[in-house]
Amino acid sequence: MSVLAVESLRVKLPIPGGDVTIVDGVDYDVQPGEVFGIAGESGSGKTISMLALLGLLPEHSTVEGTALFAGKELIGMPRRELRDIAGRDLAMVFQDPFTSLHPMLTVGRQLSEHVRRHLHLDRHAAEERAVELLEDVRIPDPRAALRAYPHHFSGGMRQRIAIAIALACRPKLLIADEPTTALDVTVQAGILRLLDRLRREQDLAVILITHDLGVLSSIADRVSVFYAGRVVESGARGDVLQHPRHPYTRALLDALPHPEAAKERPLVAIGGSPPTPGHIPSGCSFHTRCTHAVDSCRVDVPELRAVSDRRLACPVDPFSA
Amino acid sequence: MTTVPTAIDEPPAASERRFWRPPGFVRFVLRRLAALVLLTLGITAVAFVLTQLVPSNAVATNLGEQAAGDPAAVQAFKHHYGLDRPLPVRYAIYLDHLVHGDLGQSSLTHDAVTHDLGQFIPATGELALYSVLFAAIVGIGFGTVAALRRNRPTDHLLRVASLAGISMPTFWIALVALYVGFFKLGWFPGAERLDPGVSPPPSVTGLYTIDALIAGKFSLFVQALHHLILPALVLAAFNVSLLTRFTRSAVLEVIGNDYVRAARAKGLPERVVVVRYILRAALPSVITVLGLVFANVLTGAVLVEKIFSWPGIGQYAYEAAVNLDVPAIAGVSIFVAVVYVTINFIVDVLYGVIDPRIRIT
Repeated sequence: MSVLAVESLRVKLPIPGGDVTIVDGVDYDVQPGEVFGIAGESGSGKTISMLALLGLLPEHSTVEGTALFAGKELIGMPRRELRDIAGRDLAMVFQDPFTSLHPMLTVGRQLSEHVRRHLHLDRHAAEERAVELLEDVRIPDPRAALRAYPHHFSGGMRQRIAIAIALACRPKLLIADEPTTALDVTVQAGILRLLDRLRREQDLAVILITHDLGVLSSIADRVSVFYAGRVVESGARGDVLQHPRHPYTRALLDALPHPEAAKERPLVAIGGSPPTPGHIPSGCSFHTRCTHAVDSCRVDVPELRAVSDRRLACPVDPFSA
Repeated sequence: MTTVPTAIDEPPAASERRFWRPPGFVRFVLRRLAALVLLTLGITAVAFVLTQLVPSNAVATNLGEQAAGDPAAVQAFKHHYGLDRPLPVRYAIYLDHLVHGDLGQSSLTHDAVTHDLGQFIPATGELALYSVLFAAIVGIGFGTVAALRRNRPTDHLLRVASLAGISMPTFWIALVALYVGFFKLGWFPGAERLDPGVSPPPSVTGLYTIDALIAGKFSLFVQALHHLILPALVLAAFNVSLLTRFTRSAVLEVIGNDYVRAARAKGLPERVVVVRYILRAALPSVITVLGLVFANVLTGAVLVEKIFSWPGIGQYAYEAAVNLDVPAIAGVSIFVAVVYVTINFIVDVLYGVIDPRIRIT
């Protein structure tokens, strides 16, 4: 059984002068213990679709569709009920560790307040748990760290702390939203290895959101590629990243620096820019930037169909094997 | 595509190993304290120079007509107060008297200024205390509610109310309150700290409400409080509005922060998110305004005490000013300035208590 099954998720955010659709019917499911990668450019609806699950969208947003988490429907769940799941079974790590920790509260407090609430531990037990967690994420001198404040730590250390906070109640699913984007490359590698080890040790499912396919290639089991609020291609990591079939996935990969092949292959930028919400092109939303587009792409919205080893939303399918 | 090595164990990279420094909170407080002492010294200098600039004749105001005509008496008087010496020496003498608790003698009451201050300060202190307390609780509460209910009817209502409170001058509110609350409705007493003929509780703090409780006289406590309500509310009106507006914007500034979202993602109850995460982060700006509120109350006290016949420092300052009672003016100035500086010091220290990042800089 999947940990999370999302179907036809649709999110509209309020803007002055009406609603704008950010997520336009996405489906995916996450299996226990796997890293599920979600890739796409900024503005493709990755983060918003996650915030929708936790009920963290701005007021007056509308969310449609279903999201079954451990057998419970998250969409439309009352806040009060959701609070017992959020932070306990379903945890989230945010992009920027410089802003996601409260600057005036000690690390210990931020590590243990929800543990005490969710797991009903007393102060002492919660502190022991906090020390354990900091050891788990390799923070030196965890006891001293409990009394320190976030600004005493570097960015990588803060993200480790944020991960420790998220994992404090042993969640079933961790949503990591661009957890390495704000960090140096060397620190990035450390964080990714940390996530990889933790999900092995704790049988944790991870949704890893990133715009960097290189990050996914190292630890994701399955990958979904988002474009303009829709899934355009999804499947096993090897299939999607080694043999991309959607022109957008292919373009993303071509735009990636390639250490081994740097000399022979120049980087190819994707022409144009991602559509802004509210100004999504008709038909296939990628057709304005696609070099393989045919006339029907301008009119027909491509469906995400199962094709051999993956699901693909491109009827042209120029790269079929 | 392999930008990431796939080894399993991961010691933090060297670039991650930067560590934290000791808090150094004591050093922070001492530094602020040193600044406090220097500031106070500066204030005495200003107060002293001002007294020298005021066109009043110390001889004429202090000596009787006959004595003023006697050169020897004038000489003795001038010598006693050092008036025959150059300015810097006079300042040194003044400072010397000051550290010995001598602010000179009021030409109006013919008592030592320190004695007068000691009499009037508790009345103002009590008024200010209740006024600031009320303003802080109501203003911060209103501001928080307005921010959390942004652009809803509650917010609009509070905006209009606080705009009104800020726009109306305090002396006008005082007169209206006195007219309605005392004269028309008769709900509140209109003057003094206690009813006529009632003797105050034995003095411990000088604050009648507290002294009454200490003495166990509950009815006296109620009476003192009853007398306080109208002037304290009048003094608070402007400050409630000020705090409402500042708290609202401070809360709005932090409400969209990632750590607030992260707190909700942890499943914390809304009450904890608001108090611990949002208000905590908004507090430094609110405390800055709270320092200002204290200053406003002291300034406003001059008018309000006059209108409510409140025997406080404001009335004393008023009388001193209109009668050119120079030692009293200087004494009040120094007292008020020291209160300002002390409040600023407390605000500075509170910053450090609230925001650990400030202790280091």
